[in-house]
Amino acid sequence: MADVIRLEGICKSYNVGLPTETEVLHGIDLALHEGEFVALMGPSGSGKSTLLNIVGLLDRPTSGTLFINGEDTTELGDAAITTLRGRAIGFVFQYHYLISAFTAHENVVMPMLLDRGHPDAAMERRADELLDWVGLSRWRDHKATNISGGQQQRVAIARALAMDPSLVLADEPTGNLDSVSADAVFELMRRINRDRGTSFLIVTHNLDLAQRCDRIVEVVDGRISGRVIPTLDAR
Amino acid sequence: MRRWLPFEWIAALRFLAEGRMQTGFILGGIAIGVAVIVFMSAMLSGLQANFIKRVLTSQPQIQLIPPDEVARPLRGGPHEIEAAIVQRPSQRILSIDQWRTIREAMTARADVVTVSPSVSGAGLAVRGSAGRSVTLTGIEPEHYFRIVRVPDYIVQGETRLGTDDILIGTELANDLGVTLGDRMHVTTAQGGDRVLTIRGIFDLGNKGANQRSTFVALRTAQSLFNLIGGVTSIDMTVKDIYAAETIAREISASLPVQADSWIKTNAQFFTAVRAQQNSNTLIRLFVGLSVAFGIAAVLIVSVIQRSKDIGILRAMGARKGQILRVFLIQGGVLGFFGSLVGSAMGAGALVLWHSVARQADGSELFPLILSPGLFVVATLIATVTGVGAGTAPALRAAGLDPVEAIRG
Repeated sequence: MADVIRLEGICKSYNVGLPTETEVLHGIDLALHEGEFVALMGPSGSGKSTLLNIVGLLDRPTSGTLFINGEDTTELGDAAITTLRGRAIGFVFQYHYLISAFTAHENVVMPMLLDRGHPDAAMERRADELLDWVGLSRWRDHKATNISGGQQQRVAIARALAMDPSLVLADEPTGNLDSVSADAVFELMRRINRDRGTSFLIVTHNLDLAQRCDRIVEVVDGRISGRVIPTLDAR
Repeated sequence: MRRWLPFEWIAALRFLAEGRMQTGFILGGIAIGVAVIVFMSAMLSGLQANFIKRVLTSQPQIQLIPPDEVARPLRGGPHEIEAAIVQRPSQRILSIDQWRTIREAMTARADVVTVSPSVSGAGLAVRGSAGRSVTLTGIEPEHYFRIVRVPDYIVQGETRLGTDDILIGTELANDLGVTLGDRMHVTTAQGGDRVLTIRGIFDLGNKGANQRSTFVALRTAQSLFNLIGGVTSIDMTVKDIYAAETIAREISASLPVQADSWIKTNAQFFTAVRAQQNSNTLIRLFVGLSVAFGIAAVLIVSVIQRSKDIGILRAMGARKGQILRVFLIQGGVLGFFGSLVGSAMGAGALVLWHSVARQADGSELFPLILSPGLFVVATLIATVTGVGAGTAPALRAAGLDPVEAIRG
C-alpha cells in the first residue's frame, strides 16, 4: 500500500542560531498509508501540533524530508507548497474556523474557489453533494455562525473534502464538542475514511476515540514513543 | 456567489459587507473628504473663472503701443564718455508707426481673434462750472466692443457712436449733472475742443472707472488729440488667453511696437490666483492624506480581526497574492464608493452655497461650474488612494504566517 505521507528524520527547532534555540521535534520517522485512519496522541507540549503543521505544509521542518503522495516537498517553493497543500490536504481544526462572512455552502465551495479562481456550477454541485453527505443540506444557506458547533464541525469536514484530498489532518476535531456531537463527528470522519478511502491523521486527547482508529501514534518530548497502544480493531 | 466575480472580489465585498458599521464609518469619512475637495475645487475654479471673465471683459488681452521714447545722447567720438545722468524724456501721445500694416498683420494671425485700433489720452469734461478730468478713448465700436463689452454695462441710451457722440459712466454723469442727450464740452492738452452729445451712460461696476472712462468715435479722438490718421494703441483678443504673454513677446520681438499682455499687466491678480491654487492644492493634499490614513487604519483593524480567516484561507490553499488583492480591492472599493457619495455631497453643497452666497447687487458670487471631469478625477484619485492606503494592510495580511494566524 502506498504512503500518503512519509517523514524521514524530521527535526524542528525554534529561534535557530539564537541562544534560546529550542528543538521540539527530534528526528521523527513516520509513514501514513493510503486509507489509514491514525490517531496522534501525546501530552500537551509534546510536539503533536508542530508535527501536524509540518505534515500539513503549514510549517517547514528544520531538517529531514517530508514526502506527500511520494513527492519530496523539501525543495518546493512557497507557491508550489501552497498549491500542494490546497489540493492534497484537508484541514479540520478544533474551533471549526468557518469563515463567518460566508454561508455553509460557500465555506465548502471556498477551497475549490481558491484553486480555480472563479466559482462555477461544478463546484457548487460538489459542495451540495458534500453538505448532503454530512447531513447539512437544509443548512446550506445559513451563515456559518448561525449553526451549532457540531454542525459547524461537519461543515468544516465537508470543506476539508472539497478538493478530494488524499489526506485530512484534524487537530482535536471533537475537543470543543459535547460527547454526542463528538461521537457523531468522529463517526462521520470514520465513514468518509471507509467509503471514500481518504486517509486521516487526527490529533486527540480522547483515548476512547483514539482506540477507534486503525493505529495510534504517540509523541512524547518530540519523539515517537515506541509504546504500542492497542486499538479496538487490534483487540 | 456571483459566478462572474473572482475569489478576491467575492471575499473583499463580503468582508466589507460583514463589517457594516466599520465600512459605513470609513465610507462617511471618505465621502466627507471627497466632498470637501470637490466643493473647494469647483468653487475656486468658479471664482477664478469669474475673476478672469471680469478682468478680460474690461481690458484687451494684448495691447500694442508705441515704444517709449528714450533719450540718446550724442557722442563726439569713440572715446568720449556719455553724460552720467540721462534724463528720461516726457512721453508724448504718439501714433503707432505703420499701424495699418501692423493691424493687417495681426488680423492675419491664426491665434488672434479680434483687432481694434484706438486713440486714448487725458481730457477735461466740462459742463457749466463743473469740470472733471477723464480718459478719452476713441474706438471703432464694431471692433472694440468685442474686446471690452461696454454694451453689457449700458444702463441708459445706446452704444452707437457718431462723430459728435460720447459714452460716459454713471459717476461722471452724476458729478457733471448730465443725463442722456445732454451736451458737454471736452478739451484736451493737445488743443482739441469739442462739444459732444451723451449717447449712452454705462456702469462698469467700479466707481473710479465710472468717473473717468469715456468713449468716443476714433475720428473724434484723433481730432481731439491732434493725431489725424494715427492710433495710440491696437487692442487684441486671442484664442488662448493663457498664451497671451507668449504671443505678446513674439510681437514685440518682430515689430516696432511694445506689446503688453493681460498677464503682465495683471501680475498681482495672477499672484493671487496662484496663491489660491497653491492653498487649494495643499488643502486637497492634506484632506487626501487624512482619508488615506483613515482607510489604512480601518483595513489594519480588519486584518487583525480577520487574521484567523486569513490563516484558514492560507491553509486551504490561498496564495499570498490572492490575500494581498482581497485587501487592496477593499481599499479601492472604499475609495470608489466613498468618492461617489462624496462627489454627490460636494455637488449638492456647491449648488446650495451658490444659491445662498450672493454679491451685494444680488448677482451670483461665482458661476456654478460642475464639470464631469472634476468628478471623474476625484473618483479616480480616491480609488487609487484607497488602493494605495490598502497596500500596508494588504502586505501585512499576505505576510501572515498561517500557523500563527490560526493560533491567534
